[in-house]
Amino acid sequence: MKIEVLGSGCPTCKKLYEITQKAVSELGLDANVEYTTDVQKIIQMGLMQSPVLAINNNPVMVGFNSDIEKIKGIIKRNI
Amino acid sequence: MNIFYPLQVFAGWLTYSVFNISPNTTLSSAINFFIYDTIKIFILLVVIIFVVSIIRSYLPPEKIRAILSHKNKYVGNIIASLLGIITPFCSCSAIPLFLGFVQAGVPLGTTFSFLVASPMINEVALVLLLGMFGWKIALIYIVSGLLISIFSGIIIGKLKVENLVESFVYQNTINADVNLPAMTKKERIVYARDYTLDILKKVWLYILIGIGVGALIHGYVPSDFLALYAGSDKWYAVPLAVILGVPLYSNAAGVIPLVSALTEKGVAMGTTLAFMMSITALSLPEFMILKRIMKTKLILIFAGIVGVGITITGYLFNFILK
Repeated sequence: MKIEVLGSGCPTCKKLYEITQKAVSELGLDANVEYTTDVQKIIQMGLMQSPVLAINNNPVMVGFNSDIEKIKGIIKRNI
Repeated sequence: MNIFYPLQVFAGWLTYSVFNISPNTTLSSAINFFIYDTIKIFILLVVIIFVVSIIRSYLPPEKIRAILSHKNKYVGNIIASLLGIITPFCSCSAIPLFLGFVQAGVPLGTTFSFLVASPMINEVALVLLLGMFGWKIALIYIVSGLLISIFSGIIIGKLKVENLVESFVYQNTINADVNLPAMTKKERIVYARDYTLDILKKVWLYILIGIGVGALIHGYVPSDFLALYAGSDKWYAVPLAVILGVPLYSNAAGVIPLVSALTEKGVAMGTTLAFMMSITALSLPEFMILKRIMKTKLILIFAGIVGVGITITGYLFNFILK
């Protein structure tokens, strides 16, 4: 399983990366969270907003959200 | 009749009866002004941001792109500018937006129209303009903002500056017609509520400080004090306001209430409008980010055209609104 945060390198994107890492470890999942600033990847997914949370190359959340419970729920539903 | 009349009564009651400050003093006038403006601005923020977010949930950038990739040049510039009004702008999304538009075949000029309108005509600035200056000035701001974005885009399109965009941008092309999952009514409301709260969390402190300092100026600085330095007869006031606005982007929410107090003390209205447009439309952090995808020369052309447009608007309204 590949959990990925894609962003343009802005502070909000890094923050989402940190929250996602925390969410994954709180869920006790054996997965690495990757952070990439390859904007072209976002575009290829058909999206134009940043940051994006993707699981196995599927975008599951677009835009920033600081609610860790919500992110946990999204991860659980998509693995 | 003024729909905010009950608020005025409430602010007066709080100032004179509850805080027990005698009327017709500078202190009471400053406090009354602060209470009234704060409540009014926050009511407007909640209502307007919520409504705009609902509209936006029907028009995410991906859908806007699909619309724009099928339009010809001039119609595209107009529609791009109009759609820019409802799209929030975060410098985080500047690059994905630009790449996404250009790679889907949206002309460069149309893309720039959108990039100008999106931050310049944003809902927080509109609420503050509406609350501090009234609907006429807010409308003037929207219409001139639209004209500036439409014409900046048309001019950039005519200049044939495609060679000033980094070459990797054109190496990929994508299909603009993406199907996003549809949202339910409930999801739209949750989205709008979360977005409204998010913005409020971000701006409330700046707005309070802005209104607070504005209230002090309102109460303690003699009226027309600034007319001597920034009245409509001072030619240098407009360009100076435009230059001062460039580094102030992140604090737009606090600056507008402050500026409204300065206008009351004699800064000409056109100068004020130019200052606010420059704060929202020309932002240093955005320029730094755009450097990753375009040559500095193109950023300077872009800033130059928008800056000149704003300056002309400033002079025009200094002349008209005397």
